[in-house]
Amino acid sequence: MDDVPNLDYICQLSQGDKDFMHKILQVVKKELPLEICTYNLHLAEEDFIMAAEDVHKLKHKISILGLEKGYHLAVDHEENLIKGNVSLKLDFDKILELMLRFIEKT
Amino acid sequence: MDCIIIDDEEMARTIVEQLAANNHDVDIVGSFSNAIEAIKYLNENEVELIFLDIHMPTFTGFDLIKTLKNPPKIILTTSDRNFAIEAFEYECIVDYYVKPFMQERFDKGIQKALSFGTNKNVEHAKATLNDVNVLYINIDRRLIKIDIPTIKIVEAKGDYILLKTDNKNYTVHSTLKKIEDKLPKDTFLKVHRSYVINTNKIIDIEDNSVLIEKDVIPVSRSNRPELMRRLNLL
Repeated sequence: MDDVPNLDYICQLSQGDKDFMHKILQVVKKELPLEICTYNLHLAEEDFIMAAEDVHKLKHKISILGLEKGYHLAVDHEENLIKGNVSLKLDFDKILELMLRFIEKT
Repeated sequence: MDCIIIDDEEMARTIVEQLAANNHDVDIVGSFSNAIEAIKYLNENEVELIFLDIHMPTFTGFDLIKTLKNPPKIILTTSDRNFAIEAFEYECIVDYYVKPFMQERFDKGIQKALSFGTNKNVEHAKATLNDVNVLYINIDRRLIKIDIPTIKIVEAKGDYILLKTDNKNYTVHSTLKKIEDKLPKDTFLKVHRSYVINTNKIIDIEDNSVLIEKDVIPVSRSNRPELMRRLNLL
């Protein structure tokens, strides 16, 4: 996975508005770990439909952080989960980990 | 325009609020993380536009639209890049944004919403007059309305054509060519010099014939490649 998380979209969106930039990053910092936690919980319960819903929601943050390949993997993972297939779990976990580390440093 | 946002994701709501703040035509008067809260608000307040997330747990954006008697204009927001055409089954839907979207795309949607009210009636009138899913046939000086998707088979019979629909069969004084030109090319196909079929109605295909309900329709060798191309083959 050679995707590198970045703030290009958020910078463009903020148009130099530092307050907004700070606000949106705070929201991501708060929301991302919670969404990942919910996703892991649903996976542990083998509730794959709900886990697919969680992946669907996470796709937006994956896009926001510029992870194009990650987005496509998430799309496949979501579709797989609906069928009860968890084969992309480990690859998806790597994306989540990458995002978490990036957000912590930002 | 007074607008509300309905999205279970706080980040998405924050982004729409920011984009709306940069657009002088919209005023965000409410922001909701679930459809139920929003419905309560809508029961007591009037808004002109809703930014509505489709994919929300338990109660989707489409569920919400169905509960509203007179829905205001709606712009859907979605993370699905392969967005379904289902959205445009609802007259109130003005546009849809694929997340993540930028100011330019946001503003374009607002412009559509602003002009939506004035264009809607004209568009509706046009659609009624020129409904692409309907065909009129002349039988005994009466014009009979046929819903095109119900047509299964059209068969040439000398100077007449036999039109077989889900409900009834009609014999009309016309040619296969004339009716073929009136039918949508994506669903109807001439498979034989005497037959045009609705490809959605095919049950079974053999080497040189197709089965539509109980009718076995011959497929000529020259038309077979096009038929096979149309099918969603595994």
